[in-house]
Amino acid sequence: MSCTIPYHIFPLGDSAMTVDFGNRISPDLNNIVMKLYKELNTSPLPGMKEIIPAYSSLTVHYDLLYCSHHRPAGKTVYDWMGELLHLRLKALDQEEMISVTEMIIPVCYDPFFGPDLPLLAKEKNMSMEEIVHLHTSISYRVYLLGFLPGFTYLGETDEKLAMPRKMQPSSVSAGSVGIAGRQTGIYSLSSPGGWHIIGRTPLKIFDANRDPLTLLKPGDSIKFVSISKDEFKDH
Amino acid sequence: MNLRIIKSGILDTVQDQGRYGWQHLGINPAGAMDRFSAQLANILVGNDPGQPVIELHFPAASLFFERPALIAISGADFNAALNGEDIPVDQPVLVNKYSILQFQRLNKGARAYLSIEGGLEMNQWLNSYSTHLKAAAGGHLGRPLQTDDEIRLSSSVNWGPYLKGKEFYLLPWQASTDWEKQPGAEINVLPGKEWVRLTESSQKQLLQQTFTLTPQSDRMGYRLQGEPLQLESKEEMISTAVNFGTLQLLPNGQLTILMADHQTTGGYPRVGHVISAHHSKLAQLLPGEPVRFSLTDHQQAEELFIQQQKHLQQVRNACQLKLEQFIHALH
Repeated sequence: MSCTIPYHIFPLGDSAMTVDFGNRISPDLNNIVMKLYKELNTSPLPGMKEIIPAYSSLTVHYDLLYCSHHRPAGKTVYDWMGELLHLRLKALDQEEMISVTEMIIPVCYDPFFGPDLPLLAKEKNMSMEEIVHLHTSISYRVYLLGFLPGFTYLGETDEKLAMPRKMQPSSVSAGSVGIAGRQTGIYSLSSPGGWHIIGRTPLKIFDANRDPLTLLKPGDSIKFVSISKDEFKDH
Repeated sequence: MNLRIIKSGILDTVQDQGRYGWQHLGINPAGAMDRFSAQLANILVGNDPGQPVIELHFPAASLFFERPALIAISGADFNAALNGEDIPVDQPVLVNKYSILQFQRLNKGARAYLSIEGGLEMNQWLNSYSTHLKAAAGGHLGRPLQTDDEIRLSSSVNWGPYLKGKEFYLLPWQASTDWEKQPGAEINVLPGKEWVRLTESSQKQLLQQTFTLTPQSDRMGYRLQGEPLQLESKEEMISTAVNFGTLQLLPNGQLTILMADHQTTGGYPRVGHVISAHHSKLAQLLPGEPVRFSLTDHQQAEELFIQQQKHLQQVRNACQLKLEQFIHALH
């Protein structure tokens, strides 16, 4: 029952380390990340301050002072924490199933909310309706939250929708749904951004005063549904 | 009985040692840029090292004390003055009510930390007092301090009698400011994962050339200017976590260093990481100032950090003793 997927551990400075399972976006690698995340949340490493799951890696932050008081003599904190992490990976149950929350996210794909939709349609030689159809026809996995509080990285879109980032970032409203490469994502807050914006959800993706803070979390599965401008306003 | 902002500064926020446990939701730790100086300022007035302090940038706010308070300023030297009279950094100062604290000139450093005995009365957000500007939460109303803001002080000590009618009184002890001065003021870095992807000559360049901190440097990150560095090969990287102190190589060959308000994840090559013990030096750099790097290893990085923390603990013990003696002397 040990981790059979190759990985390696590297330092992220002197107070954090990352386990990397490969520089790829893949549900299988992300499953391993989420399993390790769950395992470390349930039984934390000594001095662990937090864990950050990403696409195919997981980062552990630790309290250097606390760990320096508890490490075995003659070892650096880095070596000690690395060994502990290796042991956890060895014991990781890869077969265990992780429950997935399914969410429906309403999006208004009107060019008023998705100013880059006409450009994308032109670029891809498709109608705007076809773009919306492709974007709403599959489920996406929440791979990670990052960049902004609650910004949701989702993957992967239909190949036909792949679009590079803009050359110049522009100002993006909270709730905007964008495309970058084969990633799609939701801007949780208004911010400058380089993704092509094709619509907007009326849902509050991030709320500093709500529990939970974010509507979505890593590992969730979501599907977009198209709503009209009127329905957007009624939300 | 408050502390009142009578003139706002360019960027003054309430910060503590950072908010940990929420980066998996994209919420970065924020916190004081110079954690060491924030701790020192607290220790000097007898506070717990992790209490909230006011982080000041120059030009800094002017503050009005409606009640007597014991304060200390650490980190940068902005030539602080009480009612027009200069006061030193790294020394506890008793301030009488109706005093005005101003910061007159930038003498040295980039960020000053104002601590007040007993701390600041405000709500935590996610277990931390640090101001999170993007989320508009934490600290004082989730934003920088503005003119006419009032902050309640939570001291339980009546400092009035100790002043004996004076406008202010310098307590007769000071933390030594130069205990860790090192020749050349080099910033130590640990190699990052992509260090080996730098060409051999770029690795040398990173360690030999003098970089300059550009004006595009803030609480999110520092932009450095130097001869562009090159990678052996280009490889698209998917986003992974980054850290305070991470040196990222931008596509144009220039370096950025991620600071307190950094994004939680990034996709640029991580060529190095500034060691924790040197975050304080780094946080006090000003645009236009030179930056030089040298490589170190984990053993050295950890040793330096432990020394720094031991030093803080010693100062803390000494300050607590002296403060107790000072308080009891009046009784």
